[in-house]
Amino acid sequence: MAQHRASGPPTPSGATQHTEEHATTTGLSHRKLLMWLFLGSDCLFFGTLIATYMVYRGQSLVGPYPVDIIDVPITTISTFVLLCSSFAMVQALAATNRDDQRGIKIWLLATAFLGAIFIAFQVYEFNEFRAHGLHIGTNLFGSTFFTLTGFHGAHVTLGIIWLLGLAWVSRSGRLNPSTAEDVELAGLYWHFVDIVWIVIFTLVYLIGGFDSGPVAEAASAIPSALGLVA
Amino acid sequence: MATITGVIPRPTSYSGVWSWLTTVDHKRIGILYGVTALILMLVAGAEAGVMRVQLAQPDLELVSPNVFNQMFTMHATAMVFMVIMPLSVSFFNIVIPLAIGARDVAFPRLNAFSYWVFLFGALLMHASFLVQAAPDAGWFSYANLTEKPFSAGAGIDYWSVGLLVLGVSSLAGAFNFLVTIINMRAPGMSLMAMPLFVWMTLITSILLVLAFPVITVGLIELTFDRNFGTNFFNTFKGGDPILWQHLFWIFGHPEVYILILPPMGIVSEILPTFSRKPLFGYPVVVFSGIVIGMMGWAVWSHHMFTVGLGPIANSVFTITTMLIAVPTGVKIFNWIGTLWGGSIDLKTAMLFALGFVALFIVGGLSGVSHAVSPADNQQQDTYYIVAHIHYVLFGGSIFGILAGVYYWFPKVTGRLLHEGLGKLNFWLLFIGMNITFFPMHYVGMNGMPRRIFTYAEEFGWGSMNLLSTLGYFVLLVGMVVLVVNLIQSMRKEPDAGHDPWDAPGVEWTISSPPPAYNFAEVPQIRGRDHYWIVKREAEAAGQPITSGEAHVDPRTIHMPSPSYWPLITALGVVWIGAGMFFEVPWPYIKFPVVSVGIVLSFIGTIGWSNEPATAPEDHHGEHH
Repeated sequence: MAQHRASGPPTPSGATQHTEEHATTTGLSHRKLLMWLFLGSDCLFFGTLIATYMVYRGQSLVGPYPVDIIDVPITTISTFVLLCSSFAMVQALAATNRDDQRGIKIWLLATAFLGAIFIAFQVYEFNEFRAHGLHIGTNLFGSTFFTLTGFHGAHVTLGIIWLLGLAWVSRSGRLNPSTAEDVELAGLYWHFVDIVWIVIFTLVYLIGGFDSGPVAEAASAIPSALGLVA
Repeated sequence: MATITGVIPRPTSYSGVWSWLTTVDHKRIGILYGVTALILMLVAGAEAGVMRVQLAQPDLELVSPNVFNQMFTMHATAMVFMVIMPLSVSFFNIVIPLAIGARDVAFPRLNAFSYWVFLFGALLMHASFLVQAAPDAGWFSYANLTEKPFSAGAGIDYWSVGLLVLGVSSLAGAFNFLVTIINMRAPGMSLMAMPLFVWMTLITSILLVLAFPVITVGLIELTFDRNFGTNFFNTFKGGDPILWQHLFWIFGHPEVYILILPPMGIVSEILPTFSRKPLFGYPVVVFSGIVIGMMGWAVWSHHMFTVGLGPIANSVFTITTMLIAVPTGVKIFNWIGTLWGGSIDLKTAMLFALGFVALFIVGGLSGVSHAVSPADNQQQDTYYIVAHIHYVLFGGSIFGILAGVYYWFPKVTGRLLHEGLGKLNFWLLFIGMNITFFPMHYVGMNGMPRRIFTYAEEFGWGSMNLLSTLGYFVLLVGMVVLVVNLIQSMRKEPDAGHDPWDAPGVEWTISSPPPAYNFAEVPQIRGRDHYWIVKREAEAAGQPITSGEAHVDPRTIHMPSPSYWPLITALGVVWIGAGMFFEVPWPYIKFPVVSVGIVLSFIGTIGWSNEPATAPEDHHGEHH
């Protein structure tokens, strides 16, 4: 039959086939490669949202403008909390790698808890903005701000659900050095969402937080001011 | 949670309807993709028919302008997102694992999920016809025509939500094929030994992964504008409609290469096979594919020359667009170099591949003519552009895909398509396509705008339009011949043998149709044109190969088991999208149906992650 195979007859041994399935061309596991590719794709997703924000920066025709309501100190605190959660995430993976069952649960829950605090800050901030009259449809700042930070918040929320799911399955000792990749993947995602926040915090709060109305409006105000003087 | 999701026992059947609903076999999923896309192609083709009949003579009023708008919008949207892309994905599914010597894709259940999301998303968008609110703002739906005050009905919502859903499918598929190609090549298959189709799939998948997030954000902004009162494209609040054009075309131009690179890969497989010599300049063809993939990101504003971006932007994009013609031309010369001095065998697959090269050259040349921004000012929004895109997408993509159909059909089904009908199919399409689209160059240069539902007699466009309409019916007969050929060939006994074309690819080493596990033993790849090397050596040794790899007992090979969860999760994802059409005047939960979808996809995800890829007691293909 199979004259074309110079290397000999097929090896119908289940064990051999099984090990072959696990070897990959790059040595990287399929899931980890998938996660990196997903994060690459997500970069473009946030990149486009951030680009939209930057294009419309200072273009709002009516207030409230960022300078009126952005609270940099408060958001600095929530940013610090989110950065700390990345530390907890690293600890969770380290605990998994040394099979510290108690540590796994503590650090996973700590990461999720710090993420939840960040979300709580965001809920507070959103409500505060609404109280100051900034809704998603008020002006371009409202549309771009709520959409950008809202999608980031949704990413964090998804991460929290993921971490809680991991903490839940860790009850039976399912997380251990041989399954550490389960934790590592969640960690990759978590750190990525963190890094995205650093970009958003820098652009929207530290740089854009002092923006006021449109430049065009300020320019057109000059002649009328001169007219008043004359 | 395991108790919730453990209620339904795992499917075990490998035959019948349930086996198709729960399959994770890449070959079956490829067939599902192909059949679905072919049916949608007939639907989108019928929409083209309505347009052609309406335009056959001046001042006809067979359909209202509104219906006409829906026809050209849905025709183009369906052909791009629901026909050409899924047909390419059908080939990715069927060919890629076989061509790299793998037993399946990297994530078989994610693969099934991609298909179901695609199917439900296509149904969701076409459901707009049932509520008489089909999208009607063109396939690029320019802002701010798409804002609520100017498009009050639900049509644009169907369009944007439908495309968001289809984007999920495309992204999941692209991730899957990237990991498969990067990580699952058989030993010996280095990057520069990969068949051209695998290379083009790799580049296409990278483009998909990077381009779809951009349109996703654009569509989200559009959906939010229409449903949540944001101002992204609302000029009254300072929004800028040009932003939509930038977002759409930053996605849209790589999308053009997503549509054409896989057919280019298919043609690069077929030309060498039927010229009986290796592809001329293999590394050059690979690198020009990579260069096209990269430069595709730097040309998007050539779709916007008449927007008024200024002379500098227009000059820069004129230059980059003309530059991208260079790697494309390099490919064409390599294909011609492959034919040069070969012993050419004009099978139907080869005819379609040659048709691809010829028609793509015509489309490429008209493309260069509107790369020049001053010339484009004359051509923008005329039938000249319609002629161009049909030469590259019909003459290019569809001809390449049909070449692939005739080439790989025997591998998938074990049956050859009828050569006589195939040649009739080719000539009808080739002649019909030129009768339909070539006159459009002339009426376009004569000033006939796109997207008008009728025109006055005095313009003198009547006879050319009548010719185009006649050509449409030649195309229609050609497509009927294709369908007849496909159905007839399926009803006969398998006659193909494992290697009907004496082809070089790894996929031809195994029997047709391939067993569920593909390769009994992971092959050791000998180089580019692997099977040619193996066959020529066997002939030299006096033992020519006459049959494919022998089958082995499938119970000895662990394959992924069927699963319900991809179907359920996909249903949940599309339900979230469909929920956008059920708005209630409640203060906090405005879209209650969406939450049902969220619950459904959550349950699906939990069930999915709780079940092992291969059920411990299952032996794949036992009942095959």
